[in-house]
Amino acid sequence: MTHRVGIRRALTVEDVLVDTVVYVGVALAFVVTLYPFVFVLSMSISDPVAVARREVFLLPKGFSLDAYRTVLNDPTVIRSYYNTIWYTSVGTALNLVFTVMAAYPLSKRNFSARGVLMFLFVFTMFFSGGLIPLFVLVVKLGLYGTRWAIVIPTLIAIFNLIICRTFFQTLPEDLFECARIEGAGEWRIVWKIVLPLSKPIVAVLILFYGIGHWNSFFPALLYLPDADLQPIQIYLRRVLIQASPEAVQQFETGESGRGVMAMVQIKFAVMVVAVLPILLLYPFLQKYFVKGVLIGALKG
Amino acid sequence: MRSAVTTASTLTRQSPLAALWRRIKLERTWYVMMLLPVAYLFIFHYLPMAGIVVAFKDYRIAKGVFGSDWVGFRWFIQFFESFYFWRLMRNTLLISFYTIVFGFPVPIVFALMLNEIRIVPLKRIAQTVSYLPYFVSLVIVVGMLVTFLSPNSGIVNVVIKSLDGEPVNFMGQQRWFRPLYIGSHIWQWFGFSSIIYLAAIAGISQELYDAAEVDGASRIQRIRFVTVPGMAPTIIILLILNLGHAMSVNWEKNLLMYTPATYEVGDVIDTYVYRRGIVSGEYSFGAAVGLFKNVVNLVFLVVFNRLARRFTDTSLW
Repeated sequence: MTHRVGIRRALTVEDVLVDTVVYVGVALAFVVTLYPFVFVLSMSISDPVAVARREVFLLPKGFSLDAYRTVLNDPTVIRSYYNTIWYTSVGTALNLVFTVMAAYPLSKRNFSARGVLMFLFVFTMFFSGGLIPLFVLVVKLGLYGTRWAIVIPTLIAIFNLIICRTFFQTLPEDLFECARIEGAGEWRIVWKIVLPLSKPIVAVLILFYGIGHWNSFFPALLYLPDADLQPIQIYLRRVLIQASPEAVQQFETGESGRGVMAMVQIKFAVMVVAVLPILLLYPFLQKYFVKGVLIGALKG
Repeated sequence: MRSAVTTASTLTRQSPLAALWRRIKLERTWYVMMLLPVAYLFIFHYLPMAGIVVAFKDYRIAKGVFGSDWVGFRWFIQFFESFYFWRLMRNTLLISFYTIVFGFPVPIVFALMLNEIRIVPLKRIAQTVSYLPYFVSLVIVVGMLVTFLSPNSGIVNVVIKSLDGEPVNFMGQQRWFRPLYIGSHIWQWFGFSSIIYLAAIAGISQELYDAAEVDGASRIQRIRFVTVPGMAPTIIILLILNLGHAMSVNWEKNLLMYTPATYEVGDVIDTYVYRRGIVSGEYSFGAAVGLFKNVVNLVFLVVFNRLARRFTDTSLW
């Protein structure tokens, strides 16, 4: 990426100055970005006594997994976690099917409805009926209070549709023509040729949709009054932001002697548990993610 | 541009009629493929647009959308005359404005700095770490704010107290709302936003740098006269697009961050729609306020897109 292979010159005062500013600046950005993560992790695995005495600032003091034991023994956490996994996997799978089914025909320059349909899709990025009409509709359709209310109203994200279509347009049409002459139908072409050639874009879609589902909280707040169906983000909001008395009590009565310690530390353990899957997948997804952003950026 | 039809007929020497038939069959499959996505589009995007009529009615669930009484612009007038109108407009536009003023330059500067780092692994690590916050949910970002800033146990106040200061209730005070909102926004987005600027920098021809070097340009001069001008089109288009979205703040964050004590500065149009329309069940009033916002939003987008087209060769449509 760097293209400064140029002639080697002696370092000037200016070079040193620029280097100083640059390295200090980037180091600062690095520290500011990473510190909250390190701190949260350290708090969650430190000795509860050190946490209660407010002795943890950067690295863990002592070691204890008590907070995790408490969190993972809480049936609400397990249920919310299961729900989030459900919404993420089912939701992302449906997103993929719908997005690819829409993007493939829309990528065909000679598809007669292409212009009209593309306009209808893109128009929804600029204008919408708003929250209330959508809410009334979801209620009328009988989706309110069901898992489908989370998955179905957001089947296609227009931005992702555009990324996918843009990528499909780069595939050579001749290839499809040959397959057609061999007698392959369009569905077969999508399944056997387009998708295998589109692994990077499928990875990008899974990443964007998957992260979206994992992190989403508002649709659940809107459509799911039933605690049994709520995802982990709703639980996090209750524990971290609202810190409702019953959530606190639930933990304090849950553990015996050390129960009192823990509300502060438990918050950190809960954060780690909720972010961990993303952080574990992050190194693998990172390169696709940059690619996706750039394909999207080309198209506005 | 190659047409699939001509390619096909030249390859197999079909008669025009057979080619036409093949073409129709092909299109038919494409239409079938689009069936479900288009059904989704109409039901969940265009039906709610038709549902905007509830904004002009006194919608009662029992009476249904069509049976409810027509009230014209009553809800709009009620909203414009209420004290909330100016407060919501002010909060929405101020948050957008401050986000652009303080947030917009950060990824540009970060990209410029990264570009000056010549130790490649170092650059890559800094870059990778900078994207990390983007993947963290809003609930957790706001949760971290609440936890770190808690007056009793939060680390910030622990430090303040150890320095013999008075603990500050950051989340409960109006004057801290916007700085915290925008600061955490920058934290979460600067790395992600820098991707596009780095791509713009990568697109600058090496010859320009070589030429500048031959001409004796110093390092700062090369940044100023080669790198920055190379990024300029990207910067301008993104700035215009950001301005175009001034009416749509990231309101889910407001919803998570504000408390009744900070409504005065944190309440924006969408959170108000949620509170009045959903929580209090005033569907018609909420729909009217939401419609007002979406119309103004559309006007902003159109105006700024015009500007984008005038000043650059890129635009949204």
